[in-house]
Amino acid sequence: MVAEIGQFVLILALVTACFQSVLPLVGAARSNRPMMRFASNAAFVQFAAITGAFACLTVGYVTSDFSILNVVNNSHSLKPMLYKISGVWGNHEGSLLLWSWILALFGLAVALFGRNLPDGLKARVLAIQGLIGVGFLMFILFTSNPFERVNPAPLDGNGLNPLLQDPGLAFHPPFLYLGYVGLSITFSFAIAALIEGRVDPAWARWVRPWTLAAWGFLTIGIALGSWWAYYELGWGGWWFWDPVENASFMPWLAATALLHSAIVVEKRDALKNWTILLAIIAFSLSLLGTFLVRSGVLNSVHAFASDPARGVFILMFLIFVIGGSLLLYGIRAPMMKGGGLFAPISREGALVLNNLLLSTITATVLLGTLYPIFLDAFTGAKVSVGPPYFEATFLPLAIPLVAAMAFGPFLAWKRGDLAGVISRLKFALLVALAFAGFIWWWQTGAPIMALLGMGLFAWLLVGSVLEWMERIKLFRGPLASSWKRMIQLPRSAHGMTVAHIGVALVILGITASESWQSEHLGVMRPGEIVTVGGYDFRFDGAETITGPNYDAVRGTFLAYTGGNKGVYLYPEQRRYTDPPMETTEAAIRPMLSADLYAVIGEADGKGGYAVRIYHKPFISWIWIGAFVMFAGGALSLSDRRLRLGAPERAKQEPAVSSAPSGVKG
Amino acid sequence: MRLRFSAPVLTFAAIAVVMWYALFNLNPAEIPSELVSKPAPEFSLDPVPGYGPGLAQADLATGKVTLLNVFASWCVACLAEHPFFMELKKQNLVEIYGLNYKDKPNAAAQWLNRHRNPYERTGMDLKGRVGIDFGVYGVPETFVISADGKILDKIIGPVSKDIFDIRIRPLLKEAGS
Repeated sequence: MVAEIGQFVLILALVTACFQSVLPLVGAARSNRPMMRFASNAAFVQFAAITGAFACLTVGYVTSDFSILNVVNNSHSLKPMLYKISGVWGNHEGSLLLWSWILALFGLAVALFGRNLPDGLKARVLAIQGLIGVGFLMFILFTSNPFERVNPAPLDGNGLNPLLQDPGLAFHPPFLYLGYVGLSITFSFAIAALIEGRVDPAWARWVRPWTLAAWGFLTIGIALGSWWAYYELGWGGWWFWDPVENASFMPWLAATALLHSAIVVEKRDALKNWTILLAIIAFSLSLLGTFLVRSGVLNSVHAFASDPARGVFILMFLIFVIGGSLLLYGIRAPMMKGGGLFAPISREGALVLNNLLLSTITATVLLGTLYPIFLDAFTGAKVSVGPPYFEATFLPLAIPLVAAMAFGPFLAWKRGDLAGVISRLKFALLVALAFAGFIWWWQTGAPIMALLGMGLFAWLLVGSVLEWMERIKLFRGPLASSWKRMIQLPRSAHGMTVAHIGVALVILGITASESWQSEHLGVMRPGEIVTVGGYDFRFDGAETITGPNYDAVRGTFLAYTGGNKGVYLYPEQRRYTDPPMETTEAAIRPMLSADLYAVIGEADGKGGYAVRIYHKPFISWIWIGAFVMFAGGALSLSDRRLRLGAPERAKQEPAVSSAPSGVKG
Repeated sequence: MRLRFSAPVLTFAAIAVVMWYALFNLNPAEIPSELVSKPAPEFSLDPVPGYGPGLAQADLATGKVTLLNVFASWCVACLAEHPFFMELKKQNLVEIYGLNYKDKPNAAAQWLNRHRNPYERTGMDLKGRVGIDFGVYGVPETFVISADGKILDKIIGPVSKDIFDIRIRPLLKEAGS
């Protein structure tokens, strides 16, 4: 019964979405207010219907209803409750349902919070959201129906892939989708602007909070994913330049660029065409990621089961959405008047540099990700483009980007004073050089990339703090007046400083853990002690334990320095039965100065076990930094000027915007 | 539509065409190698730490047909062919030499430790110099080497049982091994 209700409300949602994507567009073109207002109501109905469908599937999972094929394939009655619930979106069909639900949620948010959007713009934005919804709902209903019944119902399910039975991964897809789908809003705003033929600073002010929110969610989603890879895959690596990782990284890069270019539109009324294009590209990359993961076109370690029929549908959808929007861009963008020219040494000049570098990085990642497909298409060869390519192209672009990050915020709008900035950043440069020198002395010589990374970390950290101090005139006057300035400084300015510091911390984590990791690989017998990274690791033997739905070999290690009591580490090698699979549960002791990381492997039959022990200096800072970046975004989002519901229209605008024919400058 | 503004849609059109093609056309096609029926290039490499003696040009002239497999720990497709190589080793059908390409010594050793070692000898091409001489442009690639150290064929992408039966087995038979 529950499956049929789910199916029914899903069809209801599709029908609503069809109307939502047509009527408001017609209404906006004819200045018909009721038709435009319909958009908000439709968004509400669509949200309610998809919520219902999602609830139905969740009920199916929680009650282990094995007459539903999707539950049979991905769940098991013995699975812990958390993973029964996360199993709802831990598979192809369910994850698409989650996608559509978030899409509807954001549509509803625009309907609710966009009260002071002009009617025409709001109607068009919601219509485009509806159109995307149509595509996804059709995809679900026609190729990936989560409510398919199976008769006769089996006694038990096949279980969820054990690698995915993990708290980090349970929440990784929802955050990632919040990010991907958040970009659909900026996309819809961009298309609406193209239809209206008008982009103004007020438009940028509406778009920025959505970009910021999507960017923040993507940051958290990617961080959770890499954290999962770090502790679950047991290789100690956290980023593999895998196509699926790139699929989430590219929209993040584009969103980062968009975030910065929207500032220029808002403050200087320039870079409009570029910002529109970036909004389209950012969402297109999200869709492309979805396609690559699900179509079977690319081999990847975490690709969903692939099906050519799905591939054809997604590709047609991609061609319609991406091709259509880029075509619209090609036709309408030339009519939009760009802003005035600006000097290279200025805030906007620095933001253009940021955009150039970020979009080049995006392009190189895209190239590396698609290259295997192109090669396969032209020559039939299947190859991996691995870290060597990405490291060789990413670093040379990322280094100037970080170098400029400390620089840009110091520059004034319109005309910056280069000499002044250099003199104010002298201190940061000195600290960076001294810090790199200190590292060189302390580590008695270090690879040049390690010194460069540590130098960049210090440069960006000190540069960001200096800029913040400058703004509140700290130590330039009485502390009370600095305090007052700090309170009065817009939260978005604080947010920028925090987010940039977050980037510095990520650089610290990456550089230190890559450069000074120490490890021990080999067979250890009970009682044996090895020293890794200044810690003694004593192996106390291993035992067999039984978990809720697995058996495991659990090793015990005591890690200590000097006279300290030390900490115990319990790495496991788990053997799941449904489905049969082995997973590595690394034991990690995260500390601010380093992570202790232990993995236990096969027994050698003579009482010893293959073990891997790592000492990874400062690696936690990668995720701390990512969280700090997110916090910066959230702080900025809480700025009164950017608050979702309260954008002020810059100038007096007519309540009903112009029809498509009325293209203005 | 001016070119400047239509460039994005044209770029996407090109990508879409290729993806459309890729979706329906996944049949491996052959590409000729410049090096086929020429002697393997001159090289001499250190082994992956703990995995046998190193690998040099002279080691390839073994008196029987062998395989030279280019692999890396960062290569996802290499994992796909790896179980088949273990099977070949088990059945003693052909000797395989491993050319570890643009990898880190520890990562490579760890990879072999984790997935087992199908190779008689390994050589580490840390900078990819030897790879250039062999015309390697992606990983994995597998060269079929003749008894006197000449390159008989080159297989791009993972070696599967089908590819082995069609492309490698006849060469083994021909050599009478």
